[in-house]
This record gives sequence, C-alpha cells and structure tokens, in this order.
Amino acid sequence: MKYAYYPGCSLHSTGTEFDESFKAVCQSLGIELEEVPGWLCCGTSPAHSTSRLLSLAMPMKNLVLAERTKLEEMVVPCAACFSRFKIALYEIGEDEELRKDVDEVVGSSFQGQIHVIHPLEMFDRVDSGTLRSHVKRDLSDLKVACYYGCLLTRPPKAAQFDVCEYPVTMDRVLQSVGIPTVDWSYKTECCGGVFSLTETDIVLKLVNDIFNEAKAVGADAIAVACPLCHANLDTRLTEIEEKYGVDYGNMPTFYFTQLMGLAFGLSHKELALGKHIVNPEPLLRERVPA
Amino acid sequence: MNESTIGLVTPTSELARAFKLESGVDVNLCFQCNKCTAGCPTSYAMDYTPAQLIHAVRLGLDDLILHSKTMWMCAACETCTTRCPQDVDIAKVMDAAKIIARRRGIQPPVPGVASFYRSGLTTIRLFGRMYEVGMMMMLKMLTRDFFKDMGLGMKMMRKGKLKMLPSLSLGRTIATWRLFSRVKKKEKRVTR
Ligand code: SF4
Ligand code: SF4
Repeated sequence: MKYAYYPGCSLHSTGTEFDESFKAVCQSLGIELEEVPGWLCCGTSPAHSTSRLLSLAMPMKNLVLAERTKLEEMVVPCAACFSRFKIALYEIGEDEELRKDVDEVVGSSFQGQIHVIHPLEMFDRVDSGTLRSHVKRDLSDLKVACYYGCLLTRPPKAAQFDVCEYPVTMDRVLQSVGIPTVDWSYKTECCGGVFSLTETDIVLKLVNDIFNEAKAVGADAIAVACPLCHANLDTRLTEIEEKYGVDYGNMPTFYFTQLMGLAFGLSHKELALGKHIVNPEPLLRERVPA
Repeated sequence: MNESTIGLVTPTSELARAFKLESGVDVNLCFQCNKCTAGCPTSYAMDYTPAQLIHAVRLGLDDLILHSKTMWMCAACETCTTRCPQDVDIAKVMDAAKIIARRRGIQPPVPGVASFYRSGLTTIRLFGRMYEVGMMMMLKMLTRDFFKDMGLGMKMMRKGKLKMLPSLSLGRTIATWRLFSRVKKKEKRVTR
C-alpha cells in the first residue's frame, strides 16, 4: 500500500517524534509513504483567525499538490492539519461561490481525486491479525489513556472521524498490538492548544484536569495523536505539579505511533523516545520486559 | 408616527449581516439554550460567554463584541459548534469577530494572543511553513516578555525539536507569496 504523506510543519520540528515513529511503524508494516512535493503550511490557527479565504486556500493548495502524486489517499498525522483539510473540504463543498473564490486564489481547481485520512484510520484498516503478527514486545503491563483532543473528531460534520464525543479508534489500534487502554471521560477535552505560549495559565488548568483524570482511572501513560496536544502535555507537566501541588509521578505522554513501534520491537532511538521532556524510560523499565 | 420613525427592531441587525457575510453563519438561528457555553473549556476566562456573544451579534451591539476578550480567549476547540442544536457554527463566529475587529482597527484586549497569530502568520507568509524560532522571537518583540519559557525553549533546542534556521525553498516562498497576495486582492474587492 502506498499513501501520499503530508507531515505539516509541527512534524518537522516540535513533533519530530511523531514523524519518526510514524514512518518507522509504516516501514514495519510495509506501508509506503510519498511526501507531497512542495507542500506548504496548512495555515492553522493564525490563518483562520485572520482570513477565512486564506484558511481555506492553504489546505486546498496542498490538496492540489497532493493530487499530482496520483495516489488515492493522503495521510495527515497532525490533528490540527487534518482538521484544516477536512473543514476546507466541507466548506467548499457546501458553498459553490466560496469554492470558486478559493479556486481563483489557488490558481487551479481540486478534482477530488485524493482523500484525506488520519494514520489512525489507516492502521485501523489493517486487520488485527496482521497487527498482532508484528508484535515482538509484551506491553500488557502498560495501561494507557487514549487522548484524542479536539480536532480529530470535531466538528463531526467535517471531520467524519469515529464517534465525536467518545472515539475508540486509537483504543482499538493499541489494543490490537497488546496494549491495554482505559475508559475515561477526558478523551476529547481541550488542552488549550493555541494558548501554549501566550495564555499559559489556561493550558496549565486544562492539562492538569486531563492528568488528574488519567491518574484517577489508573493510567500509567497518555497516548496522543496530535503534536499540539503532545507539546502541552509533555512540556508543562512539571509546572503543573508545582502550581497545583500535585504529583503525577512523571506520567509520560507518547504518540500512539511510538507505542505501536515499542510493541513491534523497534528501538527507543528509532521511535525518538529520548526527545520527550518527561523521560519515559523509568516507566518503560518498570513495565516492559527487556 | 409611522413605522420608519419609531426605530423598528429589524429582524437582522447590521452586525449580524456583517457576520453572515464574513463567516456564512446565521446567528439568528440561536435560541439561547446555552449548550455552547456549558461545554466551553475557556468560557471562565472570557468576559462574555459564547451564548452572550452570539446574542450580542443578533442585537447588533458592535462595541461590546468587538472590544470583548471572548473571541481572543476562544481555543477553537469546536465543542460549541459540535453541540449546538441549531447548527450555529459558533467557532466560526469567534473567528469572524477577530477578523471584523481587526478590520475596524480595534486594539485586541488580549494582545498576547493576537501577537501570536500575527507572528505565526508572518513566518508562514515568508517561508511557506511555520518557523517556530522566528515566530517565538517575533512574539517576544511584540509582547516584550523576553524571558517567558526561555528555559523550555533551550531544552527543546537541545533535543533537536526546534530548528535554529527556517526551512528555505524559493519555489515554496513564491507559491505562498502568490496565495497571500491573491487573497488580499480578493478580500479588498469584497469588503470595500
Ligand atoms: S448552543 Fe447554539 S442555540 Fe444554544 S445558545 Fe449556543 S449558539 Fe445558541
Ligand atoms: S470553539 Fe471557542 S467558544 Fe467554542 S467551545 Fe471551544 S473555546 Fe469555547
């Protein structure tokens, strides 16, 4: 199987662990990726807070570029990029005038020959027997809370991803590789995303609520599918513990692809586990047989 | 006295029409159930709740809305839009409020957030991709808060998660520049 691959800006910088571990897992499964040549930023929140037309034109420009690969699907790991693509497709699908404006700005028209999917959907399609047959490490002692965040599932009219208030795709994929996941009520709560660098207090409050709940349901770690969620959860933990006088015992936040890779027996280096701010090694030493 | 002299309450305020034009959203569908507000993760930090903001647009209270903190404190989490029983796209109204306020030259009451968007968009326009270090430096210049998160930034740099230099490509820069200038031209035509 071969997919067009849109990494987005974060996966080339703050979310490089996601990029590395995603590619490594794809390689294990024999999935080929072709990076969209000349891709641009999706525009993300700076664009949609400034100009609606720009916020639609940037994803559509990228889709036009992706279409040239002649592949059927484009896989987009960053939940924020994924959302901008899905929203753009939805909005121009609803409004013919808008579509014409966007086409004019982009300079060509998207033909709808390529579909946008998230890696979770891609791995969910691989049958669980195949996933299981790749497992080389026993992770059955590691209890994980799957945290989907906002943008994978919302708004459902555009995202069309799982059940929007209680998704289970990530749970299913991780369970298929032998990782137990917990039921909890914070799967799709907001981490404060865009406020990380400016209104940090909001992030600290929201992320504290998330860790608090994860701890309460007995999770050892959190799994995410979004570089913004990862940044907020991984980089702010110590500050949160200080501010709220709590102790989450250095609970690490993994990209779900890193956990898949661990189960597949890939090395910590291949999965860029050393790049986290919260060091996951003590937990892994304790729970994962060498 | 006839209808024109008593200042009729029109079914759609001037402002509601401006919001419709900007975002495609009809705020008049709102029946004030407050579901949007109940699920909003940041409403505690807003001066008007999302439902109040929507109602104020209906009533045409320009000053109240465009000077409010509400849209700047919106995290764009899309919970409100997802749950509104009347299918009002509240998140899009929040964007439209930012855009209209900026167009009317109103100083944002939460300058840090506005500066973040501005710095982010500037690096995207220049390089075609987000350049985090450049964005952070510009943000620091704009907010004059030079020491915030310095330690964290250094740590991330050491781990290779922040790149000192932007990723450069002439083709990409030209493609982006074209996109931005066409958007600008088109918007001038529409909003004049
Ligand atoms: S959820 Fe919808 S109908 Fe209810 S108050 Fe909010 S905008 Fe109005
Ligand atoms: S999109 Fe904004 S207004 Fe709506 S629930 Fe999220 S933070 Fe609140």
